Amino acid sequence: DVREEGNGREEKVSVTFVDKDGEEKHIKVPIGMSMLEAAHENDIELEGACEGSIACSTCHVIVTDMGYYNKLEDPTDEENDMLDLAFGLTETSRLGCQVIAKPELDGLRLVLPSATRNFAVDGLVIQHRITN
Amino acid sequence: MKKMAIFHGRRWFFRSFSSLSSSHPLRVCIVGSGPAGFYTAEKLLKGHQRAEVDIIDRLPTPFGLVRSGVAPDHQETKIVINQFSRVALNERCSFFGNVSLGTSVSLSELREMYNVVVLAYGAESDRFLGVPGEDLAGIHSAREFVWWYNGHPDYSNLNPDLKRTDTAVVLGQGNVALDVARILLRPTAELATTDVANHALVSLQESSIRKVYLVGRRGPVQAACTAKELREVLGIKDLYIHIQEADLLKSPADEEELKNSRIQRRVYELLSKAANSQRPHPIPGQRELHFMFFRRPVNFLSSDASNNKVTGVHFEKTILKENGESGKQSAVGTGQFEEVECGLVLKSIGYKSVPVDGLPFDHHKGVVPNFRGRVLSNTSVLEKGLYVVGWLKRGPTGIIATNLYCAEETVESISEDVEQGILTPPTVPKPGREGLLQLLDSRDIRFVPFSGWEKIDVKERSEGSAKNKPREKITKWEDLLKVANG
Ligand SMILES: Cc1cc2nc3c(=O)[nH]c(=O)nc-3n(C[C@H](O)[C@H](O)[C@H](O)COP(=O)(O)OP(=O)(O)OC[C@H]3O[C@@H](n4cnc5c(N)ncnc54)[C@H](O)[C@@H]3O)c2cc1C
Ligand code: FES
Repeated sequence: DVREEGNGREEKVSVTFVDKDGEEKHIKVPIGMSMLEAAHENDIELEGACEGSIACSTCHVIVTDMGYYNKLEDPTDEENDMLDLAFGLTETSRLGCQVIAKPELDGLRLVLPSATRNFAVDGLVIQHRITN
Repeated sequence: MKKMAIFHGRRWFFRSFSSLSSSHPLRVCIVGSGPAGFYTAEKLLKGHQRAEVDIIDRLPTPFGLVRSGVAPDHQETKIVINQFSRVALNERCSFFGNVSLGTSVSLSELREMYNVVVLAYGAESDRFLGVPGEDLAGIHSAREFVWWYNGHPDYSNLNPDLKRTDTAVVLGQGNVALDVARILLRPTAELATTDVANHALVSLQESSIRKVYLVGRRGPVQAACTAKELREVLGIKDLYIHIQEADLLKSPADEEELKNSRIQRRVYELLSKAANSQRPHPIPGQRELHFMFFRRPVNFLSSDASNNKVTGVHFEKTILKENGESGKQSAVGTGQFEEVECGLVLKSIGYKSVPVDGLPFDHHKGVVPNFRGRVLSNTSVLEKGLYVVGWLKRGPTGIIATNLYCAEETVESISEDVEQGILTPPTVPKPGREGLLQLLDSRDIRFVPFSGWEKIDVKERSEGSAKNKPREKITKWEDLLKVANG
């Protein structure tokens, strides 16, 4: 529209990523761009093993707010098939490569699941065998 | 042998060694270049600026089962190779193909030469059924059959006979079983544009197999496949699907299982939908897929005339019994038997890892005992500097992505040990790559560097493009080595 062309700015929405260490990163994502691409453009470590072809589930993100989750299109069968296999699946999980920026998503917050976060150190006493 | 408890050594190590030790490079050798090996390399390189990572693989080609396991009609799944290639091209990373742990180099030699050795060599053997007749001709493990159609150089000569029979029995209902059933049933015109090995394409084009039985000991609620794979096989063009409707009845225990597993729920739904929409009979000439639940193989059959070739499978019908503590349901025999005639059997009942000399190994589970990736020689003693990841660590389950989280855990353990100064003592630095190169040279072993694989890659792609295939795989050891060294 006029505003976009006029001042050379594309329309963007604000998105917050919470990475594996719990650190937040605020970025602006152009309308129409997937969260996977947006993460990569902003050096956010969201995996994308199959580069967006719905064949890996490594781009799994958790939408922290049910309100925002409900604003997304329903996942297709193919996306659900991959979500079945996603690590640490939640009720509000999506594939990052299938979440496309649109105006209603302004303020979206996404958490990256992690295998090691919140790992409680258990009491196991372990000894190191020094070889040689 | 000296032993040291972490809780004593920790503080002391920090004070005296941490600054010193951090000036030495961390020399790492990863054995196996599948997803587990590459994800580990990636995370180590990222997390440790002083890490130098060498990846060895017994094959001249990298990527493990991404190349030799993942089905040829799953090209999107193989895109991860792009990411792994970027890791291999990192200046602190080197690939040594055609180097085998156990024959080219021993585990103790690697541990002498490197601060850290990470074993990621997967699971290259099979579980046995242990029923009579298992060694008849015409019975293969799914692993062998998959390696054959994917052009693994150890199995390019397998030559399974697909012309003697119109019926194949696949034992197992996991994703690998579904893969092999799909490859047998899918129109070959669709396979022709994948990277299926040429010898397999020709053999599948000439195949007389029309009917495949997919057999499981338990029911549709317990089927071990995922919805993605099931949806695919159910969607094969012009395929007649048969599912016994009575098998779909659910017990309260089944309902409970379904409630607790999203995957099982979605798999069960797909199976019931397919059962509801099936036609009463196949059209003559149509290919058929029969889901056979609640059957356990008791022996394989052959006749005097069949020349030691399999002619059928003898099954016992089963029912489910709840298994006390675990709450899981297992299959028990009913004393009712049934035979299925067939000329090909593919056993898809699980892969198994093989140990190497000097490595603690749990023969029962078929994995290396470990604590979050640290190799344990008994329940509480760690093998210093030795780690494990991937199928060798967890057993042969999970998708490529599972290895990502598995690698994350193993690398976290390595990082903790690095921080405690355990891995890089400030004595003489380990020789690492230099040492390996010398050793290989002294043994006349000509390794394949990543640039050698790139030559194979270029050649395969260019030969493939002429045939509208993503690549035409080179499937013989001599040819692979010739191209790599050329
Ligand atoms: C038939 C099949 C199909 C699959 N399809 C899919 C799929 O579609 N999607 C998906 O996500 N996952 C799939 N998987 C699962 C996935 O392939 C595995 O999770 C993954 O490959 C395991 O990784 P790994 O690194 O532990 O082992 P591997 O990938 O097996 O890698 C092991 C490597 O070690 C090397 N090696 C072995 N012995 C030695 C030795 N002595 N010395 C040196 N090197 C050695 C091997 O050559 C190999 O390169 C499939 C698996 C199978 C078996
Ligand atoms: S990047 Fe693979 S499913 Fe999204």
